[in-house]
Amino acid sequence: MLSNLGNILLFGSIFITLSIIYFAYQNIKEKNILIGKNLVYLSFFQITFIITSFLLLIFAFVFSDFSLLAVYQNSHTAKPIFYKIAGVWGNHEGSLLLWVNIMVIFSFSFFLFNYKLNKNYSLYTLLIQNILILGFLVFLISNSNPFFKILPIPLEGLGLNPILQDPALAIHPPLLYLGFVGSSIYFSAAMAAILSNSNGKNFASSIKVWVLISWSFQSLGIIVGSIWAYYELGWGGFWFWDPVENASLIPWFCMTALAHSVLVLEKRGYLYNWVLILSIITFISSVTGTFLVRSGILNSVHTFANDPARGMYILIFLSLMIFFSFVIFFKRKISDNFYLEPISKETFILSNNWFMMFYLATVFIGTIYPIFTQVLYDTKISVGPPFYNSVIAPIIIPFLIMMAIGPRISWIKQKYNDFKSLIFILILSCVINFLIFSFLKSYNLLSNLIIISSLFLILHSLKDFIINSKTKSYYNLPSFLSHTGFGILMLFIILNHNFSKEYDLNIKVGETKKIDNIEIKFKDLKIEKRENYNAIIGNFNILDLKKNYRKNLNPEIRIYDNPQTLTFESAIKTNLKQDLYLTMSNIDGSDFYNVKFQIKPFMLWIWFAALLTSSGALLRTFLKK
Amino acid sequence: MKISFLKLILISLVAFALIIFFLALNIEKRYSTEKIIGKSVDNFELEFLNNDKVFKKQDLANDEFHLINIWASWCLPCRKEHPILMTLKKENKLKIIGMNFKDKKLNANNFLRELGNPYDFSLSDKDGTQSILFGVYGIPESILIDKKHKIIRKFIGPLNVKDSEDILQLVNEK
Repeated sequence: MLSNLGNILLFGSIFITLSIIYFAYQNIKEKNILIGKNLVYLSFFQITFIITSFLLLIFAFVFSDFSLLAVYQNSHTAKPIFYKIAGVWGNHEGSLLLWVNIMVIFSFSFFLFNYKLNKNYSLYTLLIQNILILGFLVFLISNSNPFFKILPIPLEGLGLNPILQDPALAIHPPLLYLGFVGSSIYFSAAMAAILSNSNGKNFASSIKVWVLISWSFQSLGIIVGSIWAYYELGWGGFWFWDPVENASLIPWFCMTALAHSVLVLEKRGYLYNWVLILSIITFISSVTGTFLVRSGILNSVHTFANDPARGMYILIFLSLMIFFSFVIFFKRKISDNFYLEPISKETFILSNNWFMMFYLATVFIGTIYPIFTQVLYDTKISVGPPFYNSVIAPIIIPFLIMMAIGPRISWIKQKYNDFKSLIFILILSCVINFLIFSFLKSYNLLSNLIIISSLFLILHSLKDFIINSKTKSYYNLPSFLSHTGFGILMLFIILNHNFSKEYDLNIKVGETKKIDNIEIKFKDLKIEKRENYNAIIGNFNILDLKKNYRKNLNPEIRIYDNPQTLTFESAIKTNLKQDLYLTMSNIDGSDFYNVKFQIKPFMLWIWFAALLTSSGALLRTFLKK
Repeated sequence: MKISFLKLILISLVAFALIIFFLALNIEKRYSTEKIIGKSVDNFELEFLNNDKVFKKQDLANDEFHLINIWASWCLPCRKEHPILMTLKKENKLKIIGMNFKDKKLNANNFLRELGNPYDFSLSDKDGTQSILFGVYGIPESILIDKKHKIIRKFIGPLNVKDSEDILQLVNEK
């Protein structure tokens, strides 16, 4: 019943999408200056149909309708309702429906905002976006149908992987998808701008908001994912350079570059071709990332059940997309003529783009290199953090410096004569850096340079902000927030990286062990029954003999029934200065527990800075003028 | 003319990447765990954990079973299966090879000192490349090799009592 209804909605959506494509095409050919009302109605039907189908799937998960295969495989009656809902996008089929939903919502809103501006441009955008939607709808129905039926109907579901049962992870996919999939709209808009010979400035101002929105959500999605990895995966790191993390980072680099260069196009009419290219490759890289994750070529925490047919479909879709976007792009015979003064906002913004392209190339090569060696030489290699850290870290330094100076430079041309304050800030940064290191006693040249340059960025932005707020508008607030946030982020990541401590020991209940200045006491152990798992809770007392603080930490081992799994929950005590991070695991056949205790400085600041960075773009979206 | 040359390079690069992706889609299955069973062990070379000597396929004894156990000190389930390995150690017809995966030497040795060393040979796969030959997805994994150096069983995840009984039974057949 539910399955039939769902299928009807999906087929209905396909039919409506086809009609939109047809009528949009007809409408473009007509000389009429107005956009046909029927397209507005059709778009409205489309969004209603697709959202209803998604709500229907949520309904099926909430009420545990195991006649649907997707529900049976990923849900269970004993699961809390929050995770039943999160289960909707915790699997391949449901997440793909979410994907299509976001595409349709973006398409609809973009059409609504822009259809009065320029007829052909809006229609072409609608047309291209609907071709993309069609592609994903067909994919959904042909081999990833969330409304697939099973008979006989099972009485109970298989359950959701316990490590996915977590609030951060429940909101991680929708956030990330808003970024990933949101980029489809400016891919379509870029194609439309070429096909309808749109003016560059108009194109830039129509996509700007969408770039900012998708950038913010992409950033938030990445942050939430890192937070989850930090407390759930249990070894205290928050970024692993895992191929799937990289897959979300690559479009992020494109979006960051685009969010900056679109300003140049809007203000000065320059870089039109480049903005088009960026708009196109952002979505292409999103789909490439999706291909890498969903096809099972890369193995990681994120991999869904592998099915080569799915990989093949996305790959063909991707190839067609690349092929047609290239063809359309190369048909455009307009070459950009521009001249940039070396010291002008344009040049600095362009420098951001160079850095972004460098990071993009590094991460992209690191991610796909193992696939290449495997295919070409039949050897498997893994590219790990040392590669990324050593290639990317040094290039962060000039990037931070440019980022500090850039926002202050004016458009077109400026004589830069602010060297006094520049040198003052630089010296101040060095002094602070020196203080930090003499206080904490550790030394590493690269870390020092990154700390100096991030301090430089922070101080420089603060200075600019104070001067700006005295004189006039708060229009620069968003870029101030993002840039300063990024500086703070880099600063604390490096501090955290240099000053983290880790202790690994085996300990029995009642025992006390002492390492360095830390005394770890394993006080007791209790077992509790919770909603859908049993928890073994350890009670540890940490005493720092030097700094004289005492903290209780309660890590857990959780035993889930459906499916039967053990998870290890870390105990984290957070304050402004540092996180105390403790995980325990049982050692079978002995009374000993393995305990990993870590002191991670400034974790809270890292999250705060990352949120600050992404908040800038959200603010700019709402602060329109 | 110059621009079209650029285009050509660009297009061929992209096409190349796509073709690689296409090939990769089909190649993946070669490493699946089922296929490795029944095959004889590939040539491998691994350094010992505590010295620079190298252990090769030829060093496998000819009339004994071998259990290759892939482990690391940072791996929690490895601690869980450790007692099982310690009991398997008592079986004379079985040689246990510990393959220390992406680990620090110091941590690995501490681990063995604390919990006991079940391995007849302690080898190290520092960068994780050799483990791939054995189709390792995650650790711990254990691979049972018979007298003819053929892989007969593969255990994914920590060994349990049932697994150890199976191993002993296989080793003691005939």
